[in-house]
Amino acid sequence: MSKILVIAEHDGSSLNLSTAKCIACATKLADAKIDVAVFAEDGTDIANEAAQLDSVSKVLLVDSPSNRYPLAAIIAPQLVAMADGYSHLLGPSTTFGKDLMPRVAALLGVNQISDVMTVLGTHKFKRPIYAGNAILTVEAPDDRPVVATVRTASFSAVGSGNSAIVEQVSLDADIPDHTRFVELQAGQSDRPDLQTATKVVSGGRALGSSENFDIIFKLADALGAGVGASRAAVDAGYVANEMQVGQTGKIIAPDLYIAIGISGAIQHLTGIKDAGTIVAINKDEDAPIFEVADLGIVGDLFQIVPELEKAIGS
Amino acid sequence: MERVLVGLKRVVDYNVRVRIRSDGSGVETDGVKMSINPFDEIALEEALRMKERGEANEVVVVSIGGSECQQQLRTGLAMGADRAILVETAESVNPLTGARIFLELIKREAAELVLLGKQAIDDDNNQTGQMLAALWGRPQATFASRIELNGSTAKVTREVDVGLETIEVDLPAVITTDLRLNEPRYVKLPDIMKAKKKPLDQIPVADLAVESAASITAVTFEPPEQRQKGIIVKDVAELVAALKDKGLV
Ligand SMILES: Cc1cc2nc3c(=O)[nH]c(=O)nc-3n(C[C@H](O)[C@H](O)[C@H](O)COP(=O)(O)OP(=O)(O)OC[C@H]3O[C@@H](n4cnc5c(N)ncnc54)[C@H](O)[C@@H]3O)c2cc1C
Ligand SMILES: Nc1ncnc2c1ncn2[C@@H]1O[C@H](COP(=O)(O)O)[C@@H](O)[C@H]1O
Repeated sequence: MSKILVIAEHDGSSLNLSTAKCIACATKLADAKIDVAVFAEDGTDIANEAAQLDSVSKVLLVDSPSNRYPLAAIIAPQLVAMADGYSHLLGPSTTFGKDLMPRVAALLGVNQISDVMTVLGTHKFKRPIYAGNAILTVEAPDDRPVVATVRTASFSAVGSGNSAIVEQVSLDADIPDHTRFVELQAGQSDRPDLQTATKVVSGGRALGSSENFDIIFKLADALGAGVGASRAAVDAGYVANEMQVGQTGKIIAPDLYIAIGISGAIQHLTGIKDAGTIVAINKDEDAPIFEVADLGIVGDLFQIVPELEKAIGS
Repeated sequence: MERVLVGLKRVVDYNVRVRIRSDGSGVETDGVKMSINPFDEIALEEALRMKERGEANEVVVVSIGGSECQQQLRTGLAMGADRAILVETAESVNPLTGARIFLELIKREAAELVLLGKQAIDDDNNQTGQMLAALWGRPQATFASRIELNGSTAKVTREVDVGLETIEVDLPAVITTDLRLNEPRYVKLPDIMKAKKKPLDQIPVADLAVESAASITAVTFEPPEQRQKGIIVKDVAELVAALKDKGLV
């Protein structure tokens, strides 16, 4: 039997969708018993939300003021204290999971499997390397726990309707005071979240300025889409870092992705390879983005985008 | 602070479109351009700026790998690092073993800060820095886009999924770099000449007496599923019609 502990991600008040995706990955392991660990302050609501997710047996809530912020150095020793008896520890391949899980793996004396995209067996998985230009099948040793992060874009979230038990846990772990939260500047947006949006419109370097980027936002609003960007657009300061799509930004899988004034560098493409339909708008007919686009239109974005917005709005 | 260690991994250059060997045994690296992992170049640039501001006395670059890694170390010396250490091993090391090697070097060098890349762009593991911090029992500040040293602490702004998170850590610590931390300097020709005279220590990995961690075994490599090239439409009306057809608008 696989006894799996999934580490919940949340923002202090509600669960991140990545948790339901990690559980979906866990269900692919043979004969899985799945528990969810919630580290939070006043985390009852979050734990209850996790308990509703399908396939969950039990939610373990570690409710403590020191768990107010998601700091890896503070959560890792607690997770290790909880790990006994589990064959697998799974976290999401989000910045939260990427920060935390290797610290846990090292404390348990194992290497981590990063970005699981396919489950082939209890100890055999596929994962992307080289910015998704190669897919590697890996096998973990079966005499020690498997610590892995889950590439969330590869799994559809499990449903909810379950009512698993929630257990309050107190742990015997040394909580360090060498790491302190200062502040979080979260991008505020009423638009759909980039990672869960079914439609995403992204702009690249060609937009030229943050003012010009407005046409991307307008088109997104007409479509009810989330907004992304290439690294070049973020580096140039047109938009905030959390909007970057790609190898080192967000990996997304919307039904519709519209790339505007983006050349299609491999580091960008790796972030969108699971998108349903890719549309490219670019003035260079030889731009690599057209190699992967289902629908392309060659021309000046400053003319095409407003026209498209109007056509959709009407 | 006296000494900063910086990891420099030799990787296939980010511009190369990698190919899988026909027998599926790995990625073709013969005759392929190799470079310093881009995140590591950023780590080195940051360390050099610390030195230039008088916050660090010595910058030591470290690579773990074959003797060919000397090339990347020499580039690091040309950028401005004071010394280089090559931990020589014929086999590639997994992240946990790599972290153990770095820990041993920290002890030998009495380093107070280790700057690594957030991930090596070959294996895309994104593990070594966090593992090193764990083994060292010290703070980690991953995905840094801004670092401010204040004596015995560092304030680090991190690129996280929802925006920018700032944390404060006590030193010593491990910090891993994100793309927007800085823009690395170019190496000038005279610096390449000067770098030839800078010390580069070669230590056989066996001399460090580090226990190798059990690897995750690589079974097979395969190319990703390719997306098919689609169609070019002539105007917006045709595009909208095609999207309507697919039920996307
Ligand atoms: C380690 C590493 C990690 C990276 N990670 C990422 C990542 O996560 N995400 C990412 O996006 N990039 C990433 N990059 C950067 C990547 O290599 C490219 O540099 C970047 O994606 C280019 O952005 P762009 O397409 O907006 O700009 P460009 O490549 O400059 O392309 C601009 C495009 O706009 C078109 N254009 C110009 N004017 C117009 C117009 N008026 N109308 C229509 N089209 C126009 C041009 O034809 C061109 O194709 C990474 C790089 C490295 C080294
Ligand atoms: N063989 C190596 N030599 C030097 N530094 C390394 C090596 N492997 C990993 N690192 C450092 O650890 C970082 C993260 O690597 P990884 O965990 O493999 O993604 C890299 O950016 C380097 O700074």
